[in-house]
Amino acid sequence: MKILVCISHVPDTTSKINFVNDDTAFDTNGVQFVINPNDEFGLTRAIWFKEKQGANVTVVNVGGPDTEPTIRKALAIGADEAIRVNATPTDGFQVAKELAEVVKNGGYDLVICGKESLDYNGGMVPGMLASLLNYNFVNSCIGIEVEGNEATLIREIDGGKETLKSALPLVVGGQKGIVEEKDLRIPNMRGIMSARTKALNVMEATGNDTKTKVVKFERPAPKSAVKLVSPDNLDELVNLLHNEAKVI
Amino acid sequence: MSVLIYAESNEGKFKKTTLELASYAKKVAESLGTTVTAVTVNTEDVSELGKYGVDKILKVSNNQLDKFNAKAYADVIKQAAEKEGAKVVAVTSTTNSLYAAPIVAVNLNAGYASNVVALPVSTSPFQVKRNAFSNKAFDVTEITSDVKVLALAKNSFGVVEASGAAATEDFAPALNDSDFAVKVENVEKVTGKVTIADAEIVVSGGRGLKGPENWGMIEELADVLGAATACSKPVSDLDWRPHSEHVGQTGKPVASNLYIAVGISGAIQHIAGINASKVKVVINNDPEAPFFKVADYGVVGDAFEVVPKLIEKLKAFKANN
Repeated sequence: MKILVCISHVPDTTSKINFVNDDTAFDTNGVQFVINPNDEFGLTRAIWFKEKQGANVTVVNVGGPDTEPTIRKALAIGADEAIRVNATPTDGFQVAKELAEVVKNGGYDLVICGKESLDYNGGMVPGMLASLLNYNFVNSCIGIEVEGNEATLIREIDGGKETLKSALPLVVGGQKGIVEEKDLRIPNMRGIMSARTKALNVMEATGNDTKTKVVKFERPAPKSAVKLVSPDNLDELVNLLHNEAKVI
Repeated sequence: MSVLIYAESNEGKFKKTTLELASYAKKVAESLGTTVTAVTVNTEDVSELGKYGVDKILKVSNNQLDKFNAKAYADVIKQAAEKEGAKVVAVTSTTNSLYAAPIVAVNLNAGYASNVVALPVSTSPFQVKRNAFSNKAFDVTEITSDVKVLALAKNSFGVVEASGAAATEDFAPALNDSDFAVKVENVEKVTGKVTIADAEIVVSGGRGLKGPENWGMIEELADVLGAATACSKPVSDLDWRPHSEHVGQTGKPVASNLYIAVGISGAIQHIAGINASKVKVVINNDPEAPFFKVADYGVVGDAFEVVPKLIEKLKAFKANN
């Protein structure tokens, strides 16, 4: 089985979110970048396939040279090889189109993406990629097993879950549950050393087919300070929630 | 060139998020000088939509669509959009709608903006404000394609009643076998319980509750308020509560009207997941807990004393209101 894991290079959650150039660009100054958490769950599941069923795992990122440390980390965790499509990602459709080219060239059986990235929260690349390839697609995936040419998947739905079956090739939008947090791997020294010599192939972008662009960023309005209510005066809390906040 | 919405229903009833979407679409249609068409799937009584601004309903009845299937539903939405010549196609932010929306966008060669939180900033060029960076910022996204697909963030616009009734028309889109290539084998859904996705109020417990045996008061508080119960990540990691209750960045997102956090310190990953909630109440015995910085109302005190008292006060309030 050939697996492609698509990873995004995103600011760590604890990063300060600031903008520059008259609020038209994200300020990367002092920001620590990581593998997008939803993607890392999928990467870990792919490594399990490799260890238990003998899969070959390639990671791919659409990004500039600055994303290579993040890609190397994925190699250190256990991916066999990596591809970087040399382009600045500005739109989900553009990224999906570049990834579709990678999939067509590589002949992958299973493509695992995170269901959404933590920076732009678009949640569109996996579905668009599947549609462009006309592959089957399962989103919000919290479990996957593959036997022969068939996958059994569990998808989270509002208020429950469902079980699905799909033939390969298949695109999956993964999230926590596809593996659990405790299953995530911290690269060990051997992994880090071997990652240095694994192939990281740079491919040029095939085009720049965008359908959206961000024109401006805004920060939320500053929040007023919390109103503290004494534990001995909870009638006041009920009153505030009813008359002031109007939520009960 | 109407605005098309996919009006999702659950067990024959439209969800509040669908009515919110209809209200939103009405305003967008007005600014574009056009009308709203809704496409419904296997929903018997669709009349309610007219009260929220929908002018026309394309009613699809097809038992192949009894179980949600993203590709097939996306095909239905695409064909409805083409029939109506829709330039704007909008969906809610339910798990199912967000599953179908990117497929719809590719099928219509359209740009797509999710997490939209307000009416378009401008309709020419077409620009919308959306949540980004896990609710820590907004961006204004311009959709440059001819057809635009939007997903409206839950609880961002509100439900607005309008006068009028919608004209209903049966619609039978042509579906093919490849639409059903992913087979739904089994659906497990909790019934008779408020889900985190639909809840107006969410009551959430953290490690400060000391153990799963203490969740009775959280459930009782939720019961009194008609709320869903949730928990922080450490609580689900410790298996005190099911993983499906975990809310936060890697758990379920919450965008309720009221979020009550009991014994949750407020790690940044937790806040990222619940920050779209309108009003946040924190009950914690540590006045330094970071959650107080983002909360609207706070009670510094022992949860084991505060929560039972609050339940009594709320019961008295509910009895009189």
